[in-house]
Amino acid sequence: MNEFVERQLTLEWHEPKRSYDVVIVGGGGHGLATAYYLASRHGITNVAVVEAGYIGSGNSGRNTTIIRANYGIPESIRFYQHSLDLYGTLEDELSCWVMYSTKGIIWLAHTEPQMRTERARCLLNAACGAETVMITPSEARELCPQLDLSGGGRYPVLGASYHPAAATARHDRVVWAYAQGAMRHGVDVLQHTKVTGLLRDGARVTGVQTSAGPIAADILLSAVGGNVSTLAAQADVRLPVRTHPLQAFVTNTYAQDFGPILSDTELLCYVSQSARGEMVIGAEYDPQPSYSLRSSFNFLQSCSAKATYLLPFLRDLRILRQWAGICDISADSSPIMGETGVDGFLVTTGWGTWGFKAIPAGGEQMAELIATGRTPALLEPFRLDRFAADHAMADQGSTGTH
Amino acid sequence: MLWITCPGCGRRPVEEYSFGGELRGVPDRITDPAERDVDYAWMYDNVHGITSERWFHQAGCRRWLTLRRDTATDTVVA
Repeated sequence: MNEFVERQLTLEWHEPKRSYDVVIVGGGGHGLATAYYLASRHGITNVAVVEAGYIGSGNSGRNTTIIRANYGIPESIRFYQHSLDLYGTLEDELSCWVMYSTKGIIWLAHTEPQMRTERARCLLNAACGAETVMITPSEARELCPQLDLSGGGRYPVLGASYHPAAATARHDRVVWAYAQGAMRHGVDVLQHTKVTGLLRDGARVTGVQTSAGPIAADILLSAVGGNVSTLAAQADVRLPVRTHPLQAFVTNTYAQDFGPILSDTELLCYVSQSARGEMVIGAEYDPQPSYSLRSSFNFLQSCSAKATYLLPFLRDLRILRQWAGICDISADSSPIMGETGVDGFLVTTGWGTWGFKAIPAGGEQMAELIATGRTPALLEPFRLDRFAADHAMADQGSTGTH
Repeated sequence: MLWITCPGCGRRPVEEYSFGGELRGVPDRITDPAERDVDYAWMYDNVHGITSERWFHQAGCRRWLTLRRDTATDTVVA
Protein backbone atom coordinates (compact mmCIF):
# COMPACT_ATOMS: atom_id res chain seq x y z
CA MET A 1 0.00 0.00 0.00
CA ASN A 2 1.43 3.36 -0.88
CA GLU A 3 1.70 6.47 1.23
CA PHE A 4 -1.20 8.07 -0.61
CA VAL A 5 -3.72 5.40 0.32
CA GLU A 6 -2.41 4.99 3.89
CA ARG A 7 -3.22 8.59 4.54
CA GLN A 8 -6.80 8.39 3.35
CA LEU A 9 -9.19 10.71 5.06
CA THR A 10 -12.39 10.13 6.91
CA LEU A 11 -15.25 12.11 5.43
CA GLU A 12 -18.72 11.94 6.93
CA TRP A 13 -21.69 12.72 4.72
CA HIS A 14 -25.04 13.97 6.02
CA GLU A 15 -28.58 14.39 4.73
CA PRO A 16 -29.53 18.02 4.12
CA LYS A 17 -31.41 19.92 6.85
CA ARG A 18 -34.19 22.34 5.95
CA SER A 19 -32.29 25.45 6.95
CA TYR A 20 -28.81 26.67 7.85
CA ASP A 21 -27.17 29.87 9.09
CA VAL A 22 -24.88 29.86 6.07
CA VAL A 23 -25.22 27.96 2.80
CA ILE A 24 -22.22 27.92 0.47
CA VAL A 25 -22.79 26.97 -3.15
CA GLY A 26 -19.77 25.21 -4.63
CA GLY A 27 -17.76 22.43 -2.95
CA GLY A 28 -14.38 23.44 -4.25
CA GLY A 29 -11.42 24.80 -2.34
CA HIS A 30 -12.88 28.25 -1.70
CA GLY A 31 -16.30 26.99 -0.55
CA LEU A 32 -14.91 24.32 1.77
CA ALA A 33 -12.17 26.57 3.15
CA THR A 34 -14.75 29.25 3.97
CA ALA A 35 -16.90 26.62 5.74
CA TYR A 36 -13.87 25.34 7.67
CA TYR A 37 -12.80 28.81 8.87
CA LEU A 38 -16.41 29.75 9.73
CA ALA A 39 -16.61 26.68 11.97
CA SER A 40 -13.09 26.65 13.41
CA ARG A 41 -12.42 30.39 13.86
CA HIS A 42 -15.86 31.82 14.43
CA GLY A 43 -17.86 28.92 15.91
CA ILE A 44 -20.49 29.10 13.13
CA THR A 45 -21.12 25.40 12.53
CA ASN A 46 -24.69 25.39 11.20
CA VAL A 47 -23.27 25.56 7.68
CA ALA A 48 -23.88 23.57 4.50
CA VAL A 49 -21.71 23.34 1.41
CA VAL A 50 -23.81 22.40 -1.63
CA GLU A 51 -21.96 20.81 -4.54
CA ALA A 52 -23.51 19.75 -7.87
CA GLY A 53 -20.91 17.05 -8.58
CA TYR A 54 -18.38 15.64 -6.12
CA ILE A 55 -16.11 17.90 -4.05
CA GLY A 56 -13.18 19.26 -6.03
CA SER A 57 -14.73 18.20 -9.34
CA GLY A 58 -14.54 21.72 -10.77
CA ASN A 59 -11.53 23.94 -11.08
CA SER A 60 -10.07 22.93 -7.72
CA GLY A 61 -9.28 19.61 -9.37
CA ARG A 62 -8.27 21.05 -12.75
CA ASN A 63 -5.62 23.65 -12.00
CA THR A 64 -1.85 23.31 -12.22
CA THR A 65 -1.42 23.63 -8.39
CA ILE A 66 1.04 26.51 -8.36
CA ILE A 67 1.16 28.64 -5.21
CA ARG A 68 3.01 31.97 -5.39
CA ALA A 69 2.77 35.59 -4.26
CA ASN A 70 4.88 37.49 -6.82
CA TYR A 71 2.00 39.60 -8.15
CA GLY A 72 2.07 43.03 -9.73
CA ILE A 73 0.07 45.37 -7.46
CA PRO A 74 0.47 45.88 -3.68
CA GLU A 75 -3.07 44.75 -2.80
CA SER A 76 -2.60 41.42 -4.59
CA ILE A 77 0.90 40.81 -3.24
CA ARG A 78 -0.30 41.24 0.35
CA PHE A 79 -3.31 39.01 -0.21
CA TYR A 80 -1.42 36.19 -1.96
CA GLN A 81 1.52 36.41 0.47
CA HIS A 82 -0.96 35.87 3.31
CA SER A 83 -2.32 32.88 1.41
CA LEU A 84 1.19 31.51 0.90
CA ASP A 85 1.86 31.87 4.66
CA LEU A 86 -1.37 30.01 5.46
CA TYR A 87 -0.48 27.24 2.98
CA GLY A 88 2.87 26.83 4.77
CA THR A 89 1.09 25.93 8.01
CA LEU A 90 -1.89 24.15 6.44
CA GLU A 91 -0.70 20.60 7.13
CA ASP A 92 -0.41 21.35 10.88
CA GLU A 93 -3.68 23.29 10.91
CA LEU A 94 -5.68 20.49 9.29
CA SER A 95 -3.57 17.53 10.53
CA CYS A 96 -3.57 16.35 6.98
CA TRP A 97 -0.83 15.85 4.45
CA VAL A 98 -1.43 17.99 1.34
CA MET A 99 1.95 17.26 -0.32
CA TYR A 100 3.02 20.89 0.07
CA SER A 101 6.41 21.33 -1.52
CA THR A 102 8.40 24.56 -1.81
CA LYS A 103 10.03 24.77 -5.23
CA GLY A 104 10.67 28.40 -6.17
CA ILE A 105 9.50 29.94 -9.41
CA ILE A 106 11.82 31.26 -12.14
CA TRP A 107 10.16 33.90 -14.34
CA LEU A 108 12.20 34.24 -17.53
CA ALA A 109 12.77 37.46 -19.48
CA HIS A 110 13.85 37.46 -23.12
CA THR A 111 13.79 41.16 -23.94
CA GLU A 112 14.89 44.38 -22.26
CA PRO A 113 11.27 45.52 -21.63
CA GLN A 114 10.59 42.18 -19.93
CA MET A 115 13.72 42.63 -17.81
CA ARG A 116 12.33 45.99 -16.69
CA THR A 117 9.00 44.36 -15.85
CA GLU A 118 10.74 41.67 -13.78
CA ARG A 119 12.93 44.23 -11.99
CA ALA A 120 9.83 46.25 -11.15
CA ARG A 121 8.15 43.08 -9.90
CA CYS A 122 11.13 42.35 -7.59
CA LEU A 123 11.14 45.84 -6.08
CA LEU A 124 7.39 45.95 -5.56
CA ASN A 125 7.34 42.43 -4.08
CA ALA A 126 10.13 43.35 -1.65
CA ALA A 127 8.29 46.51 -0.63
CA CYS A 128 5.11 44.54 0.07
CA GLY A 129 6.64 41.63 1.97
CA ALA A 130 7.10 38.96 -0.71
CA GLU A 131 10.62 37.78 -1.51
CA THR A 132 11.51 38.02 -5.21
CA VAL A 133 15.03 38.64 -6.55
CA MET A 134 16.62 39.08 -9.99
CA ILE A 135 18.92 36.28 -11.11
CA THR A 136 21.35 36.01 -14.03
CA PRO A 137 20.99 33.43 -16.82
CA SER A 138 23.76 31.31 -15.28
CA GLU A 139 22.04 31.37 -11.89
CA ALA A 140 18.81 30.31 -13.60
CA ARG A 141 20.68 27.41 -15.16
CA GLU A 142 22.08 26.39 -11.78
CA LEU A 143 18.54 26.23 -10.40
CA CYS A 144 17.26 24.47 -13.52
CA PRO A 145 20.06 22.59 -15.36
CA GLN A 146 17.64 21.46 -18.11
CA LEU A 147 17.02 25.06 -19.23
CA ASP A 148 18.28 26.00 -22.72
CA LEU A 149 19.57 29.57 -22.24
CA SER A 150 19.42 30.22 -25.99
CA GLY A 151 15.67 29.40 -25.93
CA GLY A 152 16.04 27.14 -28.96
CA GLY A 153 17.90 29.96 -30.71
CA ARG A 154 14.76 32.10 -30.74
CA TYR A 155 14.14 33.13 -27.15
CA PRO A 156 17.54 33.83 -25.49
CA VAL A 157 17.30 34.25 -21.71
CA LEU A 158 18.51 37.71 -20.57
CA GLY A 159 17.68 37.13 -16.92
CA ALA A 160 14.85 36.13 -14.66
CA SER A 161 13.09 36.95 -11.45
CA TYR A 162 13.17 34.26 -8.77
CA HIS A 163 10.51 33.85 -6.10
CA PRO A 164 11.91 31.15 -3.80
CA ALA A 165 8.77 30.67 -1.69
CA ALA A 166 6.64 29.47 -4.65
CA ALA A 167 5.29 25.98 -4.08
CA THR A 168 2.94 23.30 -5.27
CA ALA A 169 0.47 21.16 -3.33
CA ARG A 170 -1.72 18.24 -4.28
CA HIS A 171 -4.95 19.98 -5.35
CA ASP A 172 -7.53 17.36 -4.44
CA ARG A 173 -5.84 16.72 -1.07
CA VAL A 174 -6.25 20.42 -0.26
CA VAL A 175 -9.95 20.13 -1.05
CA TRP A 176 -10.34 16.91 0.98
CA ALA A 177 -8.36 18.33 3.90
CA TYR A 178 -10.64 21.36 4.15
CA ALA A 179 -13.71 19.12 3.72
CA GLN A 180 -12.52 16.84 6.54
CA GLY A 181 -11.70 19.83 8.74
CA ALA A 182 -15.11 21.39 8.12
CA MET A 183 -16.95 18.08 8.72
CA ARG A 184 -15.13 17.54 12.03
CA HIS A 185 -16.60 20.85 13.17
CA GLY A 186 -20.11 19.78 12.14
CA VAL A 187 -20.45 21.33 8.68
CA ASP A 188 -22.71 19.42 6.26
CA VAL A 189 -21.22 18.83 2.84
CA LEU A 190 -23.92 17.86 0.35
CA GLN A 191 -22.55 16.26 -2.81
CA HIS A 192 -24.55 15.64 -5.99
CA THR A 193 -26.98 18.35 -4.93
CA LYS A 194 -27.55 20.73 -7.78
CA VAL A 195 -28.71 24.26 -7.14
CA THR A 196 -31.58 24.99 -9.53
CA GLY A 197 -32.61 28.42 -8.32
CA LEU A 198 -32.54 30.98 -5.52
CA LEU A 199 -35.24 31.57 -2.92
CA ARG A 200 -36.15 35.24 -2.72
CA ASP A 201 -38.17 37.31 -0.29
CA GLY A 202 -38.57 40.64 -2.03
CA ALA A 203 -35.06 41.76 -2.88
CA ARG A 204 -33.51 39.53 -0.22
CA VAL A 205 -32.03 36.09 -0.96
CA THR A 206 -33.29 33.58 1.60
CA GLY A 207 -31.93 30.28 0.39
CA VAL A 208 -31.53 27.91 -2.53
CA GLN A 209 -33.76 25.59 -4.46
CA THR A 210 -31.85 22.33 -4.99
CA SER A 211 -32.37 18.93 -6.53
CA ALA A 212 -32.87 17.75 -2.90
CA GLY A 213 -35.53 20.38 -2.20
CA PRO A 214 -35.41 23.94 -0.87
CA ILE A 215 -32.78 24.87 1.73
CA ALA A 216 -33.20 28.13 3.64
CA ALA A 217 -30.17 30.21 4.52
CA ASP A 218 -29.60 33.42 6.48
CA ILE A 219 -26.56 34.05 4.31
CA LEU A 220 -25.90 32.54 0.91
CA LEU A 221 -22.34 32.57 -0.44
CA SER A 222 -21.64 31.73 -4.07
CA ALA A 223 -18.26 30.02 -4.29
CA VAL A 224 -19.20 28.70 -7.71
CA GLY A 225 -16.62 28.35 -10.44
CA GLY A 226 -17.92 28.67 -13.97
CA ASN A 227 -21.65 29.26 -13.64
CA VAL A 228 -21.42 32.23 -11.30
CA SER A 229 -22.94 34.69 -13.81
CA THR A 230 -26.01 32.46 -14.20
CA LEU A 231 -26.44 32.08 -10.43
CA ALA A 232 -25.90 35.78 -9.72
CA ALA A 233 -28.36 36.76 -12.46
CA GLN A 234 -31.10 35.00 -10.45
CA ALA A 235 -30.43 37.49 -7.67
CA ASP A 236 -30.36 40.34 -10.24
CA VAL A 237 -26.64 40.78 -9.60
CA ARG A 238 -24.49 41.66 -12.61
CA LEU A 239 -20.84 40.58 -12.60
CA PRO A 240 -17.86 41.83 -14.64
CA VAL A 241 -16.88 38.23 -15.37
CA ARG A 242 -16.30 36.24 -18.54
CA THR A 243 -15.79 32.50 -18.43
CA HIS A 244 -12.93 31.12 -20.52
CA PRO A 245 -11.55 27.58 -20.71
CA LEU A 246 -7.90 27.01 -19.84
CA GLN A 247 -6.14 23.90 -21.01
CA ALA A 248 -3.17 22.04 -19.60
CA PHE A 249 -1.48 18.69 -20.10
CA VAL A 250 0.94 16.27 -18.44
CA THR A 251 3.64 14.07 -19.90
CA ASN A 252 4.76 10.65 -18.78
CA THR A 253 7.28 10.44 -15.93
CA TYR A 254 10.55 12.30 -16.34
CA ALA A 255 13.08 10.17 -14.51
CA GLN A 256 15.18 13.07 -13.23
CA ASP A 257 14.42 15.70 -10.67
CA PHE A 258 13.07 18.97 -12.07
CA GLY A 259 13.38 21.29 -9.09
CA PRO A 260 11.74 24.64 -9.74
CA ILE A 261 8.63 25.95 -11.47
CA LEU A 262 9.47 27.66 -14.76
CA SER A 263 7.30 30.44 -16.13
CA ASP A 264 7.51 32.68 -19.15
CA THR A 265 5.44 35.77 -19.95
CA GLU A 266 6.49 36.09 -23.59
CA LEU A 267 5.77 32.45 -24.44
CA LEU A 268 2.82 32.37 -22.02
CA CYS A 269 3.54 28.93 -20.68
CA TYR A 270 4.65 27.37 -17.42
CA VAL A 271 6.18 24.06 -16.50
CA SER A 272 6.56 22.16 -13.24
CA GLN A 273 7.00 18.56 -12.14
CA SER A 274 4.28 16.70 -10.26
CA ALA A 275 5.04 14.45 -7.29
CA ARG A 276 4.74 11.46 -9.64
CA GLY A 277 7.47 12.90 -11.87
CA GLU A 278 5.14 13.92 -14.69
CA MET A 279 5.81 17.29 -16.29
CA VAL A 280 2.77 19.57 -15.92
CA ILE A 281 2.54 22.16 -18.69
CA GLY A 282 -0.02 24.92 -19.01
CA ALA A 283 -0.60 28.09 -20.99
CA GLU A 284 -2.94 31.03 -21.27
CA TYR A 285 -6.71 30.70 -21.40
CA ASP A 286 -8.59 30.37 -24.71
CA PRO A 287 -9.39 33.74 -26.34
CA GLN A 288 -13.17 33.29 -26.63
CA PRO A 289 -15.40 32.67 -23.59
CA SER A 290 -16.93 29.22 -23.36
CA TYR A 291 -18.09 26.65 -20.82
CA SER A 292 -16.82 23.74 -22.90
CA LEU A 293 -14.36 21.37 -21.21
CA ARG A 294 -13.09 19.98 -24.49
CA SER A 295 -9.35 19.96 -25.16
CA SER A 296 -7.93 20.84 -28.54
CA PHE A 297 -5.07 19.55 -30.65
CA ASN A 298 -4.15 23.15 -31.58
CA PHE A 299 -3.41 23.87 -27.97
CA LEU A 300 -1.21 20.79 -27.56
CA GLN A 301 0.71 21.70 -30.68
CA SER A 302 1.35 25.35 -29.85
CA CYS A 303 1.99 24.83 -26.15
CA SER A 304 4.42 21.92 -26.54
CA ALA A 305 6.31 23.88 -29.21
CA LYS A 306 6.71 26.79 -26.80
CA ALA A 307 7.77 24.63 -23.86
CA THR A 308 10.40 22.75 -25.89
CA TYR A 309 12.12 26.02 -26.87
CA LEU A 310 13.05 26.39 -23.20
CA LEU A 311 13.32 22.74 -22.16
CA PRO A 312 14.56 20.60 -25.07
CA PHE A 313 14.33 17.38 -22.97
CA LEU A 314 10.53 17.60 -23.20
CA ARG A 315 10.77 16.42 -26.82
CA ASP A 316 11.58 12.89 -25.62
CA LEU A 317 8.54 12.66 -23.37
CA ARG A 318 5.05 11.54 -24.37
CA ILE A 319 1.86 13.41 -23.61
CA LEU A 320 -0.23 11.33 -21.22
CA ARG A 321 -3.38 13.38 -20.90
CA GLN A 322 -4.79 16.85 -21.39
CA TRP A 323 -7.78 18.57 -19.85
CA ALA A 324 -9.51 21.93 -19.54
CA GLY A 325 -10.97 23.92 -16.69
CA ILE A 326 -13.27 26.92 -16.96
CA CYS A 327 -11.98 30.15 -15.46
CA ASP A 328 -14.03 33.16 -14.40
CA ILE A 329 -11.89 36.00 -15.68
CA SER A 330 -12.87 39.30 -14.12
CA ALA A 331 -12.61 42.55 -16.07
CA ASP A 332 -9.48 43.58 -14.15
CA SER A 333 -7.97 40.11 -13.61
CA SER A 334 -8.39 40.33 -9.84
CA PRO A 335 -10.80 38.38 -7.64
CA ILE A 336 -14.21 39.70 -6.57
CA MET A 337 -15.09 38.97 -2.95
CA GLY A 338 -17.78 40.13 -0.59
CA GLU A 339 -21.17 41.81 -0.65
CA THR A 340 -23.19 42.13 -3.84
CA GLY A 341 -25.67 44.84 -2.86
CA VAL A 342 -28.38 42.17 -2.40
CA ASP A 343 -29.16 41.30 1.22
CA GLY A 344 -28.11 37.79 2.20
CA PHE A 345 -26.12 37.12 -0.96
CA LEU A 346 -22.31 37.19 -1.11
CA VAL A 347 -19.87 36.10 -3.78
CA THR A 348 -16.32 34.91 -4.00
CA THR A 349 -15.56 34.80 -7.70
CA GLY A 350 -13.37 36.13 -10.47
CA TRP A 351 -10.82 33.49 -9.52
CA GLY A 352 -9.72 33.17 -13.12
CA THR A 353 -6.43 31.34 -13.34
CA TRP A 354 -5.28 32.33 -9.85
CA GLY A 355 -7.80 30.61 -7.58
CA PHE A 356 -5.95 27.61 -6.16
CA LYS A 357 -3.17 29.64 -4.54
CA ALA A 358 -5.77 31.86 -2.88
CA ILE A 359 -7.84 29.11 -1.23
CA PRO A 360 -6.64 29.54 2.40
CA ALA A 361 -6.67 33.36 2.40
CA GLY A 362 -9.91 33.59 0.41
CA GLY A 363 -11.63 31.14 2.77
CA GLU A 364 -10.30 32.74 5.94
CA GLN A 365 -11.18 36.28 4.90
CA MET A 366 -14.64 35.42 3.54
CA ALA A 367 -15.39 33.59 6.81
CA GLU A 368 -14.39 36.69 8.75
CA LEU A 369 -16.65 38.85 6.57
CA ILE A 370 -19.62 36.51 7.07
CA ALA A 371 -19.04 36.17 10.82
CA THR A 372 -18.44 39.84 11.62
CA GLY A 373 -20.37 41.56 8.83
CA ARG A 374 -17.36 43.80 8.22
CA THR A 375 -15.06 43.60 5.20
CA PRO A 376 -11.52 42.70 6.40
CA ALA A 377 -8.70 45.00 5.26
CA LEU A 378 -7.23 42.36 2.91
CA LEU A 379 -10.57 42.05 1.07
CA GLU A 380 -11.38 45.75 0.94
CA PRO A 381 -9.66 46.32 -2.47
CA PHE A 382 -11.52 43.36 -4.02
CA ARG A 383 -15.12 44.35 -3.39
CA LEU A 384 -17.58 44.18 -6.28
CA ASP A 385 -18.42 47.90 -5.97
CA ARG A 386 -14.85 48.85 -6.91
CA PHE A 387 -15.96 48.87 -10.56
CA ALA A 388 -18.67 51.47 -9.97
CA ALA A 389 -16.10 53.53 -8.04
CA ASP A 390 -13.57 53.24 -10.90
CA HIS A 391 -11.03 51.51 -8.66
CA ALA A 392 -10.27 48.51 -10.84
CA MET A 393 -7.39 46.34 -9.58
CA ALA A 394 -5.71 45.67 -12.93
CA ASP A 395 -2.82 43.34 -12.25
CA GLN A 396 -0.26 42.59 -14.95
CA GLY A 397 1.17 39.90 -12.66
CA SER A 398 -1.88 37.69 -12.99
CA THR A 399 -3.16 38.18 -16.53
CA GLY A 400 -3.03 35.18 -18.76
CA THR A 401 -0.92 33.10 -16.44
CA HIS A 402 -1.39 30.57 -13.66
CA MET B 1 -11.91 23.32 -33.29
CA LEU B 2 -14.12 26.31 -34.05
CA TRP B 3 -14.61 27.26 -37.73
CA ILE B 4 -16.29 30.56 -38.50
CA THR B 5 -17.88 31.49 -41.82
CA CYS B 6 -16.91 35.00 -42.93
CA PRO B 7 -19.35 36.61 -45.41
CA GLY B 8 -16.39 37.66 -47.58
CA CYS B 9 -13.89 34.81 -47.18
CA GLY B 10 -15.94 31.71 -46.42
CA ARG B 11 -15.28 29.09 -43.76
CA ARG B 12 -12.02 29.87 -41.92
CA PRO B 13 -10.41 28.55 -38.69
CA VAL B 14 -10.84 30.51 -35.45
CA GLU B 15 -7.12 31.42 -35.34
CA GLU B 16 -7.74 33.96 -38.12
CA TYR B 17 -10.27 35.85 -36.03
CA SER B 18 -10.12 37.89 -32.90
CA PHE B 19 -12.96 37.87 -30.40
CA GLY B 20 -14.72 41.20 -30.09
CA GLY B 21 -17.03 40.55 -27.16
CA GLU B 22 -20.69 39.75 -26.65
CA LEU B 23 -23.40 41.91 -28.18
CA ARG B 24 -24.72 43.32 -24.97
CA GLY B 25 -27.36 45.61 -23.78
CA VAL B 26 -27.96 46.98 -20.33
CA PRO B 27 -30.97 45.31 -18.63
CA ASP B 28 -34.10 47.47 -18.64
CA ARG B 29 -34.58 47.05 -14.88
CA ILE B 30 -31.48 49.25 -14.34
CA THR B 31 -32.91 52.76 -14.68
CA ASP B 32 -30.41 55.03 -12.94
CA PRO B 33 -28.24 56.60 -15.72
CA ALA B 34 -25.02 56.31 -13.69
CA GLU B 35 -25.71 52.64 -12.93
CA ARG B 36 -26.44 52.04 -16.61
CA ASP B 37 -23.03 53.53 -17.47
CA VAL B 38 -21.27 51.26 -14.96
CA ASP B 39 -23.12 48.24 -16.33
CA TYR B 40 -22.27 49.14 -19.91
CA ALA B 41 -18.60 49.70 -19.09
CA TRP B 42 -17.93 46.64 -16.93
CA MET B 43 -20.63 43.97 -16.79
CA TYR B 44 -21.18 40.93 -18.99
CA ASP B 45 -24.13 38.61 -19.59
CA ASN B 46 -21.58 35.77 -19.85
CA VAL B 47 -24.35 33.55 -21.19
CA HIS B 48 -24.13 29.78 -20.69
CA GLY B 49 -25.85 28.81 -23.92
CA ILE B 50 -26.57 30.56 -27.20
CA THR B 51 -25.23 34.09 -27.45
CA SER B 52 -24.60 36.69 -30.17
CA GLU B 53 -21.17 38.21 -30.38
CA ARG B 54 -18.84 40.26 -32.59
CA TRP B 55 -15.78 38.77 -34.26
CA PHE B 56 -13.07 40.51 -36.30
CA HIS B 57 -11.53 38.69 -39.27
CA GLN B 58 -8.07 39.87 -38.39
CA ALA B 59 -5.96 37.66 -40.67
CA GLY B 60 -8.47 37.84 -43.52
CA CYS B 61 -10.63 40.62 -44.94
CA ARG B 62 -10.39 42.62 -41.68
CA ARG B 63 -14.13 43.12 -41.39
CA TRP B 64 -16.44 42.61 -38.43
CA LEU B 65 -19.19 40.03 -38.34
CA THR B 66 -21.87 38.97 -35.88
CA LEU B 67 -21.89 35.32 -34.88
CA ARG B 68 -24.34 33.18 -32.95
CA ARG B 69 -22.39 30.69 -30.83
CA ASP B 70 -23.32 28.13 -28.18
CA THR B 71 -20.92 28.74 -25.29
CA ALA B 72 -21.87 25.42 -23.66
CA THR B 73 -20.26 23.50 -26.50
CA ASP B 74 -18.20 26.23 -28.21
CA THR B 75 -19.92 25.61 -31.56
CA VAL B 76 -21.43 27.97 -34.12
CA VAL B 77 -25.23 28.08 -34.30
CA ALA B 78 -26.76 28.71 -37.70
